[in-house]
Amino acid sequence: MNQETEPLLRVEEISITFGGLKALNGVSLEVYPGEVMAIIGPNGAGKTTMLNVINGVYTPDEGRIFFEGRERPLKMKPHHVAAMGISRTFQNLALFRGMTTLGNILVGRSQKMHSNFFSQGIYWGLSEKEEVEHREAVEWIIDFLEIENIRKQPAGMLPYGLQKRVELGRALAAEPKLLLLDEPMAGMNLEEKEDIARFVLDANEELNYTIALIEHDMGVVMDICDRIVVLDFGNKIAEGTPEEIKKNPKVIQAYLGTAGG
Amino acid sequence: MIETAKTFPHILLYNAQKYGHDKVAIREKDYGIWQSYSWQDYLDQAKDFALGLASLGFKRGDKMAIIGDNRPQLYWGMAAAQCMGGVPVPLYQDAIEKELHYILDHSEARFALAEDQEQSDKLLGLRKEIPRLEYIFYDDPKGMRNYTEPFLLAYDHVQELGRKFGEENPEFFMDEINKGQPDDLAIICYTSGTTGNPKGVMLLYRAIIDAAQGFIDWDGVTENEEVMAYLPMAWIGDHVFSYGEAMVAGFTPNCPEDTSTVVHDMREIGPTYIFCPPRIWENMLTQVMIKMEDAAWVKRKMFHFFLDVANRVEKLRMAHESIPIGLRFLYQLGRSLVYAPLLDNLGMKKVRAAYTAGEAIGPEIFEFFRSLGMNLKQLYGMTESAALISLQKDGDIDSETVGTPAPGVDIKITEMGEVTYKSPGNFVGYYKNPEATEETLEDGYVLSGDAGYMTEKGHLKIIDRAKDVSRLTDGTLFAPKYIENKLKFSPYIKEAVAHGKDMDYVSAFIDIDYGAVGNWAERRHIPYTSYTDLARKPEVYDLIYDGVIRVNKSLSQDEKLRGAQVKRFLLLHKELDPDDGEITRTRKVRRAFVAEKYGALIDALYTEAKDSIDVDATFTYEDGRTTTMKASLGIRNAETF
Repeated sequence: MNQETEPLLRVEEISITFGGLKALNGVSLEVYPGEVMAIIGPNGAGKTTMLNVINGVYTPDEGRIFFEGRERPLKMKPHHVAAMGISRTFQNLALFRGMTTLGNILVGRSQKMHSNFFSQGIYWGLSEKEEVEHREAVEWIIDFLEIENIRKQPAGMLPYGLQKRVELGRALAAEPKLLLLDEPMAGMNLEEKEDIARFVLDANEELNYTIALIEHDMGVVMDICDRIVVLDFGNKIAEGTPEEIKKNPKVIQAYLGTAGG
Repeated sequence: MIETAKTFPHILLYNAQKYGHDKVAIREKDYGIWQSYSWQDYLDQAKDFALGLASLGFKRGDKMAIIGDNRPQLYWGMAAAQCMGGVPVPLYQDAIEKELHYILDHSEARFALAEDQEQSDKLLGLRKEIPRLEYIFYDDPKGMRNYTEPFLLAYDHVQELGRKFGEENPEFFMDEINKGQPDDLAIICYTSGTTGNPKGVMLLYRAIIDAAQGFIDWDGVTENEEVMAYLPMAWIGDHVFSYGEAMVAGFTPNCPEDTSTVVHDMREIGPTYIFCPPRIWENMLTQVMIKMEDAAWVKRKMFHFFLDVANRVEKLRMAHESIPIGLRFLYQLGRSLVYAPLLDNLGMKKVRAAYTAGEAIGPEIFEFFRSLGMNLKQLYGMTESAALISLQKDGDIDSETVGTPAPGVDIKITEMGEVTYKSPGNFVGYYKNPEATEETLEDGYVLSGDAGYMTEKGHLKIIDRAKDVSRLTDGTLFAPKYIENKLKFSPYIKEAVAHGKDMDYVSAFIDIDYGAVGNWAERRHIPYTSYTDLARKPEVYDLIYDGVIRVNKSLSQDEKLRGAQVKRFLLLHKELDPDDGEITRTRKVRRAFVAEKYGALIDALYTEAKDSIDVDATFTYEDGRTTTMKASLGIRNAETF
């Protein structure tokens, strides 16, 4: 990745404390346009906290956040952040369980809908045009993720691996400038992981999405990421390409507990 | 019959002129919506692609391999190759590289049309070993962005080349079509074959058009039929049905969105004319049975009661006997309460004529669908006859036979009991294989390789493959397939292999249906971890035992086969799998291979003292790792009648 280009997202010196515990301690990182960036680290390193700070769930105590070169206020509602073009998935699924796959993905389009409640109710003019447009976009995603056969099934009845895929679909539906994935492969078997890895790569290469993800499975991370940031106890301990990270003694220590090896 | 029906391109021109944009020629579900293409679209699409082929150097007589799920683009590609005087060679889409290698090499294909990335990858791998393959085309661009091979072209791109070529050579397209003659080669269909290499069956336009017309006349098929195009394009059944008949009659094939959505898509279309191999009917029956087991008590009771009514009515109908008024009333009641809703659920409510073909169907499965009021009929056909040999007439149905010879077809039975036929759809030989042609074609008659006989009513009855039919030591006729099909009627039995050649009695390997038996076990709170574990449960053995007993009772009714009842059986520790070479892609058992691989198990079945046998089972995980496990298989004796 060309480090000369302007980063899409830059967080500077972010610190956040929960009741005396420093979850993040002056962490800075950048996400460059067009890359797949991973944040890794042991349990409790502050990975999810970082995502929550980026998309507005938490307000950090200190630091600055720049998106597309412009600074955004630290305190911001998640749906306002989403409107800026940052969408995410959750580690523990957050789907509407009674809604169909189609409905769930359509929800992802809500930021893009402009017709108001009343015109949607009578389905006329702009609403009709919008409805067709959004449905088309959703069908495109269903095709992309190969979930045609579960289009009309309630999300709550789907197997876990497929629910994760639907959640990814919903995040994609918002056509974000930056896609945040919180452990997209957690709890999956090898085959499901490979499927998701392929969709993440396709989303990056074919649809040109910029992606930042958190992941535990080092094998997958090394295979699909352009750049990695390693957190440990709220501090950034390393940053670089997968090759560099593999060789970094600090990372090895954080993961294995001893240096060397 | 259309006067100008010399070749499919001629018929396509005729249809486009007759219907233009007014009638749908083919439909595909894509992005959740049924996308329709008119006959004019069909022609335009084929034309652009054909000219694109020409611009890339496609010559008359060139072969084009076609591989993928049923897609309009692939049918258009087929028509395009034929427009240019070429020969399409459809391939089975789930075949692995190794299997494709032979056909691709043998057919001398210079061009190949693939559906998507998956199929393109296989062809790209093979192209390294088969340099004769010059161009590979793909329809679905998904995942193809990083492919830079200059010989790999997108379907749309070829069409673009074609439009440019057409502007420069405006007469070329029509000239090429008009060079086509009915005695030209229309297609080469490779048969999967249970032994040896696949053989390329060469069929002329005349054969396929006449066979298609034969089917159309038989059932009074009109241009308004809706059919599902969901069976492999490489199978002659789909070719004659979704391409041949659709062109000649002008009706509409519908391509499902994905193989996993066929049932749902079928319901949306409501086909009026349908063609399925027995395996699909079996699956449907199994699904119905499982769902009914899970249904509420009232529904379940009602279902079984009315199914029994339907069964009794169907038996009387087939025997041409009158139906008592009370039973007739109950049947009408059952129709509105059970039969019609059930058929609707299966997407079969509008079916006027349904066929089962490709293999023998268990009589019980056949009668089940007929008793619901569906006009299901049997058809006997082969790739070598463009599927046309014999079929059942409305009102002259017999569940044990495959009907009377089709118009223009002459059937002779050899002294050895083998069926031979001369059909308008007969092939002209195997491609580059004169020895096999000579072995199969005798004075215009094709040796079918099937054993059978003509019944008193003039129906053809097929018992088994001629080479598989043998005798027990006491001289009783042993037709393994016949017995296996009877076993497979049980929703809990997925596959069976019967043994008995030169033995004292008949025994069988049985593969349980993991889905159905698993469901059954769960409802009875029987814990299990895997297929192997489930197949070893004594309760499961009891369940299968009941199925075997039913088969023995039914066999005891048959004069000829009474002595061939199943005396001993065992449940295999794994499912027979085409990847392990035990069955073919079309799910036909490879007997010799199975007999060799499981020789020890067969010995145990004929050692009466033994009631179990240990096996070393090798499993291959999806990631390629293998592991070996010891399993003990129980052997059961079954009562005979």
